Amino acid sequence: MAEYSAFSLLKNALTGNKDWKPAWRKPDPKASYDVIVIGGGGHGLSTAYYLAKEHGITNVAVLEKGWLGSGNVGRNTTAVRSNYLLPQNTRFYEHSMKLWENLSHDLNYNVMFSQRGCLNLAHTPAQLDDYARRGNAMRHLGVDAELMSVDQIKRLVPALDVSGSARFPVLGGLMQRRAGSARHDAVAWGYARGADRRGVDIIENCEVTGFLRDGGRITGVSTTRGEIRARKVALAVAGSTGRVMQLAGISHMPIESHVLQAFVSESLKPIIDTILTFGMGHFYISQSDKGGLVYGGDLDGYNSYAQRGSLPIVDEVMSEMLALFPGLARVRMLRSWGGLCDMTMDGSPIITTGPLPGMYLNCGWCYGGFKATPASGWCFAYTIAKDEPHEFNAPFTLDRFYRGLVIDDKGQGATPRLH
Amino acid sequence: MLITCPYCGPRDVIEFTYQGDGNRERPQPASQDLDAWTAYVYDRLNPAGDHNEIWQHSGGCRAHLRVVRNTLTHEIRSTTFARGGHKAEGRS
Repeated sequence: MAEYSAFSLLKNALTGNKDWKPAWRKPDPKASYDVIVIGGGGHGLSTAYYLAKEHGITNVAVLEKGWLGSGNVGRNTTAVRSNYLLPQNTRFYEHSMKLWENLSHDLNYNVMFSQRGCLNLAHTPAQLDDYARRGNAMRHLGVDAELMSVDQIKRLVPALDVSGSARFPVLGGLMQRRAGSARHDAVAWGYARGADRRGVDIIENCEVTGFLRDGGRITGVSTTRGEIRARKVALAVAGSTGRVMQLAGISHMPIESHVLQAFVSESLKPIIDTILTFGMGHFYISQSDKGGLVYGGDLDGYNSYAQRGSLPIVDEVMSEMLALFPGLARVRMLRSWGGLCDMTMDGSPIITTGPLPGMYLNCGWCYGGFKATPASGWCFAYTIAKDEPHEFNAPFTLDRFYRGLVIDDKGQGATPRLH
Repeated sequence: MLITCPYCGPRDVIEFTYQGDGNRERPQPASQDLDAWTAYVYDRLNPAGDHNEIWQHSGGCRAHLRVVRNTLTHEIRSTTFARGGHKAEGRS
């Protein structure tokens, strides 16, 4: 019987909720493992989960500097979508979408995945043409996409200003109905519990301080809780990739770390039943199941490891929200926070073997890492287990920048803050 | 965040445009050294701590500035004119 079920809920409710087991153990690190995954965020935990589930590799440690899920997996705006233009991205993110669609069952943990759709608003005829092209590219690869008229959008989001007198009138939009949102903490906890139950050691408050080597090969890590050896060491540290790679003696990477802010408002009655993006700036908004509006915008735009942003972006995000929803002007903002984004030079991620023998690298998620969580771990686990990439992550190499094989969905060039 | 422009004095960050890592070495325009060009275009130092970077006072005097800023605290250590912009071979 599944650990969490209607029956177990009822039984524990009647017996005072005293028999629940902790969702994961708190083991001390062993001297050695088959695989060490550095980073106890969504991607690190899902990597460990799929290593155990798909490849039978259970002698695995996940090392987390802070507490589980304290980084970007709990800082994002929870959007899940696969509406990309380029086939490499579309195939990868669509694989992720398919894993999302079965994730709660797979983990026996309700991640509250809600396919409420993602609508990109178009404000110029050229932008609408561009969206039609992207929608066609998506449908060509079997992903759902539909172009929506202003009337349809008006029915879907009645609060939206679709009048001709809006500062940027809405001319239409591109909808992916299978897109949606999930509860991000549950994703971290569900993967952690699933990995733990299969034998993976999740070791919190354990910061990597250096790499152990045998000749040129990485053979383990030194940490704040002692030395741990492993045949394979995998990095899934997102915004801290530069810092950890420097510990391994690699000073330069095609990555810049930037700060991205996110915001949540006080709870409102249901008003926005989809994920909406603004086309004349960088703004996206959805409504959580608790009622809070969850929204965000652009990066602050300069290198940062501070996990906090500054006021000009707050101002810009709020003004973009009011351009779409004048009626929200008096809604109070409840919280704002920042997360680190490992911005690559083409806006696409890196999941690869190497660059050092014994090392495996997963990074470069820019600000789109949450939706990738299942496929990132799934592909990374495959790459670690087989020592070669799966076809879904084969394009996401580290050396693509030096070989002219960049995957630049927005066509922005090597300016990371613009991706 | 305030950046102290050597011409204009302390100004809000919204007056400035970020131009990124100031440590990069730009090859001579005629150079056919592919490794040097790809390193210039794609490689970044990305330190957690003091970062040598280029900003332009685009909403003011338009001067290009070399700013040393701490990426953990956003504290600005120094601001000078960038002179040659990104470092170029044979120039200071």
